[in-house]
Amino acid sequence: MFPGILALVPALPFLAFVVIGLVTRPWRWLSAGVAIAAISVAFLLSLGALSFLLTAGAETPRVVELTWLTTSTLNAHIGLRLDALSGIMLVVVTTVALMVQIYSLGYMSEEPSLSRYYAYLSLFCASMLGLVLATNFLQLYVCWELVGVCSYLLIGFWYDRHAPAFAAKKAFVTTRFGDLGFLIGLIMICTAAGSFDFVEIQAKVAAGTWTAGWLGTVAVLLFCGAAGKSAQVPLHVWLPDAMEGPTPVSALIHAATMVAAGVYMVARLFFLFSASPDAMQVVAVIGGVTAIFAALIALVQDDIKRVLAYSTISQLGYMMLALGVGGMAAGMFHLFTHAFFKALLFLGAGSVIHATHTNNMWEMGGLRKKMPWTFWTFVAGSLALAGVAPFAGFFSKDAILHLVMGKNLFLFALAVLGSLCTAFYMTRVICVTFLGEARAASGHAHESPWVMRVPLVILAVLSVVAGFWHAGFERLVQGGEAEAEGLNLGFAAVTQMVPLAGILAGVMLYVLKSPDPDALAVRFAPLYTLLKRRFYVDELYDWIIDRIVLRCSAGLAWFDRHVVDGAVNGVAWLTQQTGTQLRYVQTGRVQHYALAVFGGAAILLAIAHVAGAF
Amino acid sequence: MMDVRSFAVIATVVFGIGVYGALARRHAIAVIIAIELMLNAAVLNFVSFSRLAAPGSAVSGQVFAVFIITVAAAEAIVALALVLALHRALKTARLDRFNMLKW
Repeated sequence: MFPGILALVPALPFLAFVVIGLVTRPWRWLSAGVAIAAISVAFLLSLGALSFLLTAGAETPRVVELTWLTTSTLNAHIGLRLDALSGIMLVVVTTVALMVQIYSLGYMSEEPSLSRYYAYLSLFCASMLGLVLATNFLQLYVCWELVGVCSYLLIGFWYDRHAPAFAAKKAFVTTRFGDLGFLIGLIMICTAAGSFDFVEIQAKVAAGTWTAGWLGTVAVLLFCGAAGKSAQVPLHVWLPDAMEGPTPVSALIHAATMVAAGVYMVARLFFLFSASPDAMQVVAVIGGVTAIFAALIALVQDDIKRVLAYSTISQLGYMMLALGVGGMAAGMFHLFTHAFFKALLFLGAGSVIHATHTNNMWEMGGLRKKMPWTFWTFVAGSLALAGVAPFAGFFSKDAILHLVMGKNLFLFALAVLGSLCTAFYMTRVICVTFLGEARAASGHAHESPWVMRVPLVILAVLSVVAGFWHAGFERLVQGGEAEAEGLNLGFAAVTQMVPLAGILAGVMLYVLKSPDPDALAVRFAPLYTLLKRRFYVDELYDWIIDRIVLRCSAGLAWFDRHVVDGAVNGVAWLTQQTGTQLRYVQTGRVQHYALAVFGGAAILLAIAHVAGAF
Repeated sequence: MMDVRSFAVIATVVFGIGVYGALARRHAIAVIIAIELMLNAAVLNFVSFSRLAAPGSAVSGQVFAVFIITVAAAEAIVALALVLALHRALKTARLDRFNMLKW
């Protein structure tokens, strides 16, 4: 049965996309129904696939393939690969997608172009699931770009407003920078191997066909793509702006699934990365730096979704860090738990935004009583994100910290500091948004409809219990024979102090007001401004583009307009002038022509005579 | 028997007069006459060189002469008809007035 039937998992959402686009577009609720029905079946099939893997074992990947293109040098296949990684990702993607699509029924209920929304969501699910199930580089790359397109379409869903349209463009262009490296790396490895296939390339890597240095170059190039997609420093700038899209989209694409595609790609190609210690070092350092960098920025953001966006960047950094120090299972487990609690947090934020019609936390406040469901599920998500035991994030983050401590103390320090920041900024969000007295926008706030509450509750439950699958997950991913590393209680007790300290600091600043956060902001004004302006990265890019790129472009444009166009126009002008002058030869008088004929004949005769013909 | 060179000189002179007349005369009829002169110079050359090359036997040069005289008669009719038509349209037979096809 498996994995052939899994073709339905990406095929059904794709079918939903086609049906919505061609048939049900005028009936928006019918379109929503079609999309949800498709993803529900995909979800059940994914659960079936995972339980199949758990009973039958996941040591060897199960692959079915169809030939797509055949050339003399390369054969391109399209297929399905079911193993531990793809099985887990299938469940993550379909679960979050199903929750988000149900939630959107409430959140987007007043949206006139709901059909377009569900069509894009379905296309996204189809491409993401195709990416997860990819058997080869070509399929991976095609789906990789498809999810990028869907992300572009959904960020710019309200394209008639300036900011979303701009943010969509920025997201697309920024990830394109990374994808350039990805494409180069892909071409290098696939031409060298003469195949796109993961299994064949893995065999060649294992056989030592290439040197570690060459593999490292390829791996770093491929990692550029992952860094763009997963918003790693310095390509992280697009993700906070992507929050201009609808909030459920942020939950699905920019928190749980698409941004995790970079992490998934590194995990999928782990055989390639782990063959080069240098590439692993690059992944670890970029991940560690991203983790602390984004967490620091998140400390001072005012927009609730932007806090979550920077938090996502930071958590993706943890995943990369884990992969970089060799902890493929730990990184993937963090991806797994993070998907649930970050989707939950985004949906909770969406619920708050839906009620208050603002993104600014400082206009909210006191929402605990008015929105109890949202509040308690948001708290559950925050505790999971902060890594408080026994919530899901505790298990995954603890595994990462433990692993990093054994490898690199500097990165460990960064990770711990990031963890402290995480707990602090989530406490800050909760205190400002839900506690305290009600501010301007919370006056008329009310709890969201049940269709939005149900996904919140389901995801909250998952955020609480997902962590307990820790050992089973590791066994599944590591392929059984590896002994799962149990929870180190002593280490956990120590690291548990970190989020608790962060929460305590948050409560002191934002509930007890001692010390007062505003006074601290004034006291440490340079640092505060630095964080508030997001380390000036966007300004730096603007400066580079304005001063360097645009100036070079202006010079090139001048060259194009005056030299290139000038040459083309000059040739045309010359031809025209020549014609204008030469036409006066045409006098219309037959005797002039006759004179030319006789003169020509005389000249020819003269030449022939000089040449000695007679 | 006369020297063939005398015939050649006469033919050249006649041809030269014809060229001059065709290029320099303004009147259409005069140009037609000049063209006839050039044709006759050619005829004279054909006959005299035919005699020089094969005296008394081959007559290919003389055959050419007969053909040219025939064609020249036909050509003169066409040319005179053209001049007549132009004269009807433009009330003149001066070639320098027939310059409507310039530029």
